[in-house]
Amino acid sequence: MSHRSFVWLCLLPLAVVTAAFFLLPMARLVVTGAEGPQGVAGYLAILTEPRYRATLINTVALAAATTIVTLIVATIAGMFLQRHRFPGRAVLIAMLTFPLAFPGVVIGFLIILLAGRQGLIGDLSNRMLGEKLVFAYSIYGLFLGYLYFSIPRVILTIMAAVQKLDVGLEEAARSLGASPWAVQRDVVLPALAPAFVASGAIAFATAMGAFGTAFTLATNIDVLPMLIYTEFTLAANFSTSAALSVGLGIITWFILALARSFSGSAVAAAG
Amino acid sequence: MNASAGHGASVRIEACGKTFIDGTRALEPATLDIARGETLVLLGPSGCGKTTMLRIIAGLELPDPGGKVLFDGKDMTSVPIERRNVGMVFQSYALFPNMSVSDNIGYGLKIRGVPAKERAARVAELVALTNIAGLENRRIDQLSGGQRQRVALARAVAIRPGILLLDEPLTALDAALRDRLRGELNRLLRALGITTIYVTHDQAEAMELGDRVVVMQKGTIAQIGTPREIYFTPQSRFVAEFIGAANIIESPIENGHLVLLGGRQAIGGGASMPAAVAMIRPETIRVVETGSAPLSGVIDSVSFIGDRQRLVISGVSNRLFTVDAPNTVQAKAGERVGLLISPDAVRLLPSNN
Ligand SMILES: Nc1ncnc2c1ncn2[C@@H]1O[C@H](COP(=O)(O)OP(=O)(O)OP(=O)(O)O)[C@@H](O)[C@H]1O
Ligand SMILES: [Mg+2]
Repeated sequence: MSHRSFVWLCLLPLAVVTAAFFLLPMARLVVTGAEGPQGVAGYLAILTEPRYRATLINTVALAAATTIVTLIVATIAGMFLQRHRFPGRAVLIAMLTFPLAFPGVVIGFLIILLAGRQGLIGDLSNRMLGEKLVFAYSIYGLFLGYLYFSIPRVILTIMAAVQKLDVGLEEAARSLGASPWAVQRDVVLPALAPAFVASGAIAFATAMGAFGTAFTLATNIDVLPMLIYTEFTLAANFSTSAALSVGLGIITWFILALARSFSGSAVAAAG
Repeated sequence: MNASAGHGASVRIEACGKTFIDGTRALEPATLDIARGETLVLLGPSGCGKTTMLRIIAGLELPDPGGKVLFDGKDMTSVPIERRNVGMVFQSYALFPNMSVSDNIGYGLKIRGVPAKERAARVAELVALTNIAGLENRRIDQLSGGQRQRVALARAVAIRPGILLLDEPLTALDAALRDRLRGELNRLLRALGITTIYVTHDQAEAMELGDRVVVMQKGTIAQIGTPREIYFTPQSRFVAEFIGAANIIESPIENGHLVLLGGRQAIGGGASMPAAVAMIRPETIRVVETGSAPLSGVIDSVSFIGDRQRLVISGVSNRLFTVDAPNTVQAKAGERVGLLISPDAVRLLPSNN
């Protein structure tokens, strides 16, 4: 067997898997999306129909907020955890990364325990302010849930990146007169940029598409996955839900590509 | 370069020891004075505490309680590095990968709020001084090792530091480049006139660059002196063997003579000692006919080095004897030769170390 045909033979399983699990269902999804009463124009509904558009904006805003807050919290925590040795550090890291295994349902459940009608925050605020604070069943509860969901993932990536930082660079900057803030700004953050892009992308995509948490909290939260679900199961509106799914995929992909090219120069320079 | 001349500060470290948190004793309490504008070299084998001492002076490491670091007589012990105005060149260069060459060089000035125009002028000055014209806009990963070394030096010097600290700046380079840059660095340091502390484990570098050399051994200072003092009058066997090549002889002394297997060698004076340790440098020994010298031995091997040849001779003392002879001397292995050594070339060392 020639070297060439051997390579082709190896490609065969990849081609089969790609076709069976990716290309065919995707193609079907795309075709279904165009089979509604409006035809191909059904794809534009996600942008033109006010309810869909509002949901889209809501979802993107929620995902963006989740990504930004996650990155800030995880960077500060990850940097501290990687750079300092203190008693209980291992336990703390274990606790922080514990939720990694939880499905969205469990995260939703935890948010209800925290901020639901019988929740901890409600109890406390009731006792201190005389008013019960309940936000678990809204987009704020979902935001909290997504934070809880993505922080462990991002922390691990950041910690690995911090470990690889060259301490010499920070010392060099300090020797040139840089204050601790300037060192972070000019040396540490640029060096962490690739880790931010990688882990931020995962946090963002997860927040765009996660369903379990939203479903557990309430069925009327305005995010795209919930919308797809209601169109699909309740309204049996196959073509609209297919069009919305494709739209969700494309928009997420587009925003990630934008973020990557935006930080591309920083990543290339830091690499 | 006129602008930097006279910017040097004097340095005094007082009883500075260093014990790391894991209990490693890297440095025994040491006291050292470095004059304004002087180039001091810290020399010693790996792990002897050179970097630790440099980092204490830089402010990257705190000395053990009781230790003090003074610049121009001012106590700097608790001043962090960013306010010590020291220029540092790291062994790995530690250049910022996210900045261009000129941004690297200008970074310290930018931090100090120097206006862009003035900064550019200073960067241009240093680019010319360190011979890296044409590379200003390159990224760091597009530079060769030697070019990185120059950028690192330019960056450290740009801020007009009072003290320049260099940690093995040439070690990462190949031998030929190292030799060339050593000469260049030497001229540059002289021109700048900044107080310089230079760490190396390469004795040739130490000899060429240092006004004074501090030889370190296992966290202690073994000897401080000019390169000549260190070379010609080592105060211990460790220093004698670490600097250059040395024949170490252990033998009794009778009436001012070393009593050796291959004869008696005068050392001047008329002392007697049951056991002594002496050092003779290979290049101070002359190879002559047997019979015309009190000492003789048999040539074991001859290595031709080019500018000279190195003979290894057996039967002189109980160890092999190394002799550097001019490349004109005819010498063959197996031949018996006489060795003529002036009494001044024999240096007695304390026998306890
Ligand atoms: N952060 C640290 N914690 C514990 N021990 C350390 C630390 N830094 C250095 N040491 C130890 O202190 C001793 C002196 O180290 P130092 O780096 O000063 O040596 P050096 O003379 O610079 O050696 P080299 O030529 O290999 O760079 C070594 O035994 C080293 O292992
Ligand atoms: Mg070192």
